[in-house]
Amino acid sequence: MDVATLTAHDCRDLLAGREVSAVELTRAYLDRIAQVDDVVQAYLAVDEAGALAAAAAVDAKPRDERLTWEGVPIGLKDILCVKGMETTCASRILKGYIPPYDATVIAKLRAAGLIFLGKLNMDEFAMGSSTENSAFKTTRNPWDPDRVPGGSSGGSAACVAAALAPWALGTDTGGSIRQPASLCGVVGLKPTYGAVSRYGLIAFASSLDQIGPLTHDVRDAAALLDLIAGRDPLDCTSTGLIEPAGPPEGDSLKGLRFGVIKEFTGEACDAGVRRTFDSAVKAIGTLGGVCEEVSLPSVERGIAAYYLIAPSEASSNLARFDGVRYGHRHAGSQDLNEMYVRTRSEGFGAEVKRRIMIGTHALSAGYYDAYYAQAQRTRTLIIQDFADAFDHFDFLISPTSPTVAFKIGERVADPLAMYCSDLCTIPVSLAALPAVSVPAGFSDGLPVGLQIIGPHFSERNLLSMAHAFEQHVQVGTVAPLRAGSAEVTP
Amino acid sequence: MSAAGIGHDVWEAVIGLEIHVQLNTRTKMFCGCEVTFGEPPNTKVCPICLGHPGVLPVTNEKAVEHATRIALALNCRIAERTIFHRKNYFYPDLPKAYQISQYDLPLGIGGYLDVEMDDGSNLRVGITRVHMEEDAGKLVHAGGASGRIDGADYSLVDFNRGGTPLVEIVSEPDISTPDQARAYLVQLRNLVEQLGVSDVNMEEGSLRCDANVSVRRPGEPLGVKTELKNMNSFRFLHRGLEAEIERQVTALEAGERVVQETVHFDPATGTVSTLRSKEEAHDYRYFPEPDLTPIVLDAAFVDRVRAALPELPAARKERLVSQFDLAPKDAALLAANKPLGDYFEALAAATGDARISVNWVLGDFSAHVNSTGLQVAESPVTVELLAGLLGLVANGTLSGKMAKEVFETMAETGQSAGEIVAEKGLGQISDADELEAIINRIVSANPGPAEEFRQGREKILGFFVGQVMKETRGQANPQLVNELLRKHLSSA
Amino acid sequence: MISREEVEHVARLARLHFDEDELARLQSELGTIIDYVNRLSELDLSGLEPTSHAVPLENVLRADEPVAGLAHEEATRNGPDIERGQFVVPRIG
Repeated sequence: MDVATLTAHDCRDLLAGREVSAVELTRAYLDRIAQVDDVVQAYLAVDEAGALAAAAAVDAKPRDERLTWEGVPIGLKDILCVKGMETTCASRILKGYIPPYDATVIAKLRAAGLIFLGKLNMDEFAMGSSTENSAFKTTRNPWDPDRVPGGSSGGSAACVAAALAPWALGTDTGGSIRQPASLCGVVGLKPTYGAVSRYGLIAFASSLDQIGPLTHDVRDAAALLDLIAGRDPLDCTSTGLIEPAGPPEGDSLKGLRFGVIKEFTGEACDAGVRRTFDSAVKAIGTLGGVCEEVSLPSVERGIAAYYLIAPSEASSNLARFDGVRYGHRHAGSQDLNEMYVRTRSEGFGAEVKRRIMIGTHALSAGYYDAYYAQAQRTRTLIIQDFADAFDHFDFLISPTSPTVAFKIGERVADPLAMYCSDLCTIPVSLAALPAVSVPAGFSDGLPVGLQIIGPHFSERNLLSMAHAFEQHVQVGTVAPLRAGSAEVTP
Repeated sequence: MSAAGIGHDVWEAVIGLEIHVQLNTRTKMFCGCEVTFGEPPNTKVCPICLGHPGVLPVTNEKAVEHATRIALALNCRIAERTIFHRKNYFYPDLPKAYQISQYDLPLGIGGYLDVEMDDGSNLRVGITRVHMEEDAGKLVHAGGASGRIDGADYSLVDFNRGGTPLVEIVSEPDISTPDQARAYLVQLRNLVEQLGVSDVNMEEGSLRCDANVSVRRPGEPLGVKTELKNMNSFRFLHRGLEAEIERQVTALEAGERVVQETVHFDPATGTVSTLRSKEEAHDYRYFPEPDLTPIVLDAAFVDRVRAALPELPAARKERLVSQFDLAPKDAALLAANKPLGDYFEALAAATGDARISVNWVLGDFSAHVNSTGLQVAESPVTVELLAGLLGLVANGTLSGKMAKEVFETMAETGQSAGEIVAEKGLGQISDADELEAIINRIVSANPGPAEEFRQGREKILGFFVGQVMKETRGQANPQLVNELLRKHLSSA
Repeated sequence: MISREEVEHVARLARLHFDEDELARLQSELGTIIDYVNRLSELDLSGLEPTSHAVPLENVLRADEPVAGLAHEEATRNGPDIERGQFVVPRIG
């Protein structure tokens, strides 16, 4: 069977109608991975045996009507701990690490009967915007294999765009779901901070990290969010959602007010991105929405604050990788300190070390107040700006990324330029707001995403709005895998 | 002994103590693993207390309540809003490479403990802060000769203890002698024990003590302080402080400087040594723990914890003085030792005589538990047994001297006073039934003298007393014999 | 700007080693990033409370109830060096 055009809802319906068995469906995805992933390089590890066994178990028992999603496959970013399945965070320091426990989202998906196809590539410890910082492989953008898929959830976005799973989980700290979704032309949702438990998500920046879906359409995103959301006793910062996120309803945006964030448009963006964004604004108008420019003066400082807060927390979160209890250890050290230094220096890649250095410096004696505390005050300012904006607007919109997918290797040498590709997503993360990137069109054949931001816990309205937009613009989300890979075009 | 006593009478010491108390909650501070002692290594652990990637802490509410009890008992102000910080440093017993602790918003601040010294004087030691944190795992040093860290080839880590809830109690530098330090620690231990929140056992490490020590000439600014570690008994605290004060004074008098560093006390040699000369200055990079929510301790919570506090030593001392008319010094001794105080109160209630009870509890009974090393509750001499013994003294069966002899046997065998008296043939015969039987026999055998008594010849009573004494080999209680004879002769 | 000594000090704190070339590059990169974030210190934000969580919560605590942990084999399975059920570390200090 051809799975290239299937959404997760399609998979569910095929299974429910007994048109396909869970094993057949899983086998079809495994076959497609075998054909296509040589080009895309989305998966770090495919668990063929485990996936087929789980699918066979689903087929072997009577279908449980309450388990709507039973038998539907999914791809998982390799930052999520899966009991018994190697979990590396795309880092040498965790090579061979087998978690003794399931992340809460994994336990939920397991209970719902989903089939785990394997672990998806990412920037090492989610630090990056191109997936080039993986210690193991470079994932390619299915729309142009010479270009990056974005990051850090580049493997998840490329996986969905290349139909190597009907849907996937990613994580977003400063844009790591939305930016790759935009660059790969799929839907990516970062929920409100706290909507989804972080337990078992290998921490990058604890006060920002959230798990969310990458999917072909908004309906799938809402369904996957509802599967994973909820307050978790193991994550005391989790709250769950106020109401279920899906299914999305309505096809009109009549009466809704949209604030176009001035600081994220204009000169900050490439011309092609701007053109696509302008047509998205027109489409919203056509659907009855009213768009108006709004200025959030504090957001420009968002990146500076983010590049203090995230590395500071990361420097502490990544200190546990010390070669004592799990993961890589340098063999043959004479003493403890040498073991620590060699293990960590060998185990971490350059970008991770750079951020550990920034964070350690920012927290070190004498700098805390000037850096970390000041960044947290800036965060207060950003939250206030967004809150003020939501007094006047139902949603805020911007391009998700200032550029389309860039060439592999193009920004590796310039960390600051790489950091700026998250200009439009970072302030939203700092304010803990939910935001979704929805395909809005193409620029030079490369996808451009529209970022829609809602107030805290507004996922239901946000996704209904995004669904109305998506139905109107009708942008394809499966890459034809053209350039350099014509032979695997589905 | 004060610093002056060592022979450097121009120096005074300035000492502050940092005390760690392991709480006796069922589970660890931030995960559901059981708090245990002596289990096989790495059997009471989970991904959270092993610091696996992706795990998150969740605070144990009972630990917060226990810590609040301690802070309130030490007269601290309870923070309305308290948060946890991460204290970052690398060490193999610290699985996350940070300890979740508290920094600038601790649970309690600004308290004090009134310490009763041996001479009856009071020393008020200020409590700077009381905060919550998690314990580290345990390191065993392998290879090498000594089992000590500096000679070891490698070390082994067991994380069973890791994550056990700790309360750190930091005192003001209000202590100036090793005696005061010991008295403070002992009385703090007693206080925490009475709160029921910790086992406070120094040998097992559920109570641990570090000291900040400096010396100066009176009136001069504070000297450079060192942090003295590894004193796991009251005696070692005392000896360690003596040794460190001596070391600092000797250095200063020789024109050397005291370096701010960590020094370790070696109980085997009685000396202190510095270990970490190469160590980089600490930079713990504290920042608020983003994985935990702030804790708001509202007035209702604080009032509830305060209302549930047991009677504390200071209040108990006052009550013992007023209720039982005890000497303040005796009352303080009983108040400082909850099991002993409880024993006394039960004994006083059983005997109805507080004065005799306190003399026995602080005298023979204390000597007995001290010499045997038993806990009060483990002694064979229960309140009931001792009350029985004191009853025999009160009714005249035993003299004070004989009672001490009976007590010693009782402490060895756990027998009742009556059993011991009977076995040893001790004690006056004060059993009215037994005496009456004897009297009955003697009166029947001597009808003539009995008739004389009834005729009013009082003196003849002496004859009968003599007969009874002869019969009982002098062990009959004379008062009771008199009384019973009169009754018997008059009624017959 | 950040001095070479500061970079080396931070590396020691973070238990990381860099060779000469890496140190020089890091000094320059950290300098750039630090200059960039130094914009923040120019703002007067003295009236604002620092936010550590944008969605505020408080008193989310756990009952003192035991939960089953890991079997010993599971707990030590990922350990690079295990002896007598414990994690081995090289000589300390």
